[in-house]
Amino acid sequence: MKENNAICRAVDIRKTYWRGRVSVDALRGVTVQIKRNDYVSIMGPSGSGKSTLVHILSCLDPPTSGEYYFEDTLVSQYTDLELAQIRNKYVGFVFQNFSLLPRSTALDNVALPLVYGHVRKKEKIAKAQDILKKIGLGDRMHHRPNEMSGGECQRVAIARALVNDPRIIFADEPTGNLDSVTGSEIMELFDKLVEEGNTIVLVTHDANVASHASRIVKLKDGRIDDA
Amino acid sequence: MRDIAERITLSFQTFKTHRMRSFLTTLGIIIGVTTVIAILSLIEGLNRSVAEQVRSIGSDLIFVQKFTWVSTGHRDLEKLASRPDLTPDDAEALTMLPAVEIAIPDVDTRITILKYRDNEVTNPTVVGSDENYSYVNNHFVESGRDFSRDDILHRRKVGIVGSYLATNLFPDESPVGKELMVEGHRIKVIGVFREKGSFLGQSMDNFILIPYPTHEKMFPRNTRSIYSRVYGGYSIDVKPVEGKIEQAKDEVTELMRRRHGLGFDEENDFEMNTQQVLMDLYSNITRVGFVAIVAIAAISLVVGGIGIMNIMLVSVAERTREIGIRKAVGASNQTILFQFLTESVILALIGGIIGIGIGLVSGSLHQSVYSSASIQPVVLLP
Repeated sequence: MKENNAICRAVDIRKTYWRGRVSVDALRGVTVQIKRNDYVSIMGPSGSGKSTLVHILSCLDPPTSGEYYFEDTLVSQYTDLELAQIRNKYVGFVFQNFSLLPRSTALDNVALPLVYGHVRKKEKIAKAQDILKKIGLGDRMHHRPNEMSGGECQRVAIARALVNDPRIIFADEPTGNLDSVTGSEIMELFDKLVEEGNTIVLVTHDANVASHASRIVKLKDGRIDDA
Repeated sequence: MRDIAERITLSFQTFKTHRMRSFLTTLGIIIGVTTVIAILSLIEGLNRSVAEQVRSIGSDLIFVQKFTWVSTGHRDLEKLASRPDLTPDDAEALTMLPAVEIAIPDVDTRITILKYRDNEVTNPTVVGSDENYSYVNNHFVESGRDFSRDDILHRRKVGIVGSYLATNLFPDESPVGKELMVEGHRIKVIGVFREKGSFLGQSMDNFILIPYPTHEKMFPRNTRSIYSRVYGGYSIDVKPVEGKIEQAKDEVTELMRRRHGLGFDEENDFEMNTQQVLMDLYSNITRVGFVAIVAIAAISLVVGGIGIMNIMLVSVAERTREIGIRKAVGASNQTILFQFLTESVILALIGGIIGIGIGLVSGSLHQSVYSSASIQPVVLLP
């Protein structure tokens, strides 16, 4: 029995960083929930803790305290190895700077999560090819990132996020490095993905981008800003 | 297993995408391993070739002489000269010993030149010995005949020439039956020895063997020269019974002391030289040098290793972005660490294998140089 159909459920999450001897409280008690097929955008000025929150929600980092449930499993005490497996199987990432391996082809970049998922080579390539075709990059499979436009790079990154059929996709400023036309194309792609049943969390400080989401979570000084 | 195979595949993908960096990293190891292997095989080859040459003088002979081949410090020539000469009678007596197969008298005189018609050789040795010389010293009469007992007893003016002398004096004909003028004496050539090669840079085939009584008559001892008194006399070449060299040494010492009438508190007035002495001297001289050379070569290997370490360190820093991406798509810290380790190990292995290959090839090249050209003298025999 899945409680509230939630994929992510964070309860009173705190995160403290140590910069040398100075501690920085990035998150000071955040409770948030993301449901299946949700389209959430997280907004807030820089330093508000939105990246930290996404890192915890996406299982990149464990919280300092608080409880975090991913698919109703308490993962806040998981080891690095266990978190890596969750990221590999259930989470997709899209970054502002595309974060593609510069010397690898689009196909290899898309197949990367499958490498760590121990997928057979044939299946791996077939899956990566399918996704690339679906996203309209069938003719770019053997191009390297520097041979493609920013929009194409970001679409390769989205294909990589989709290749392992994730439960949830985190997109950190996905249009930040793109011009407005390409940016809105990417946003349309996200809208389409949500229509197809995907769950997406957008991190942005662009209100236009945030307006695509069905729900906006605002962060300020490490807390949710309800105002 | 599958993890390892995957990591290796990943490593090779990295090498493919960073060809230059991978090559340069490997280069240090290649050079290091090549140097070590080449130098080791070079030394090994040198040692073997010296050992072979020493052995070719004659296997396990004991040379009873007035002087020692290898001495430390000053040589008291007066004392050596005053020692009793060794004689053909000594050889006869030593032959009777149980651990001695045979003992022969052997006297060498170097002359300046030997001519036959228009041909000449310089500095040949005139050896005086008996009919067992060829057997004891591993010589083989290739054409003509060896000495008979009669040749010795009747002090015949006959000789057997070494191959160097034969080919240089008689380039177009057989020397057998020809007559040579040796220091004003007519010597008839009755045989030719098979080639023996060179030892310590000197040809062992530039000599003529004549019966020792003939030699004695042709080259009377200059008793006023101290060098002649020390080095000019007979050496007794003792061939011990197979495997009984130590026992033979004891018996020879015992008998020679008795023949020279030495009291039990007097020291030996003769020396026993063996090839082992030469080998020991050679290894003593070269050992320290070899160790130093190998140590220097090993340093280059260490430097190669540091090279890999540096590149890996730098590439971790340079690849933080890549590490971040890989972590985001599901690599754990452990996976990343093992990937870097696998890359280093594979690079080191590849470098090592290539280095061993090049080292062996260049080592064998050096060895063929050794065997074709003779090495320079390490020990100067008196």
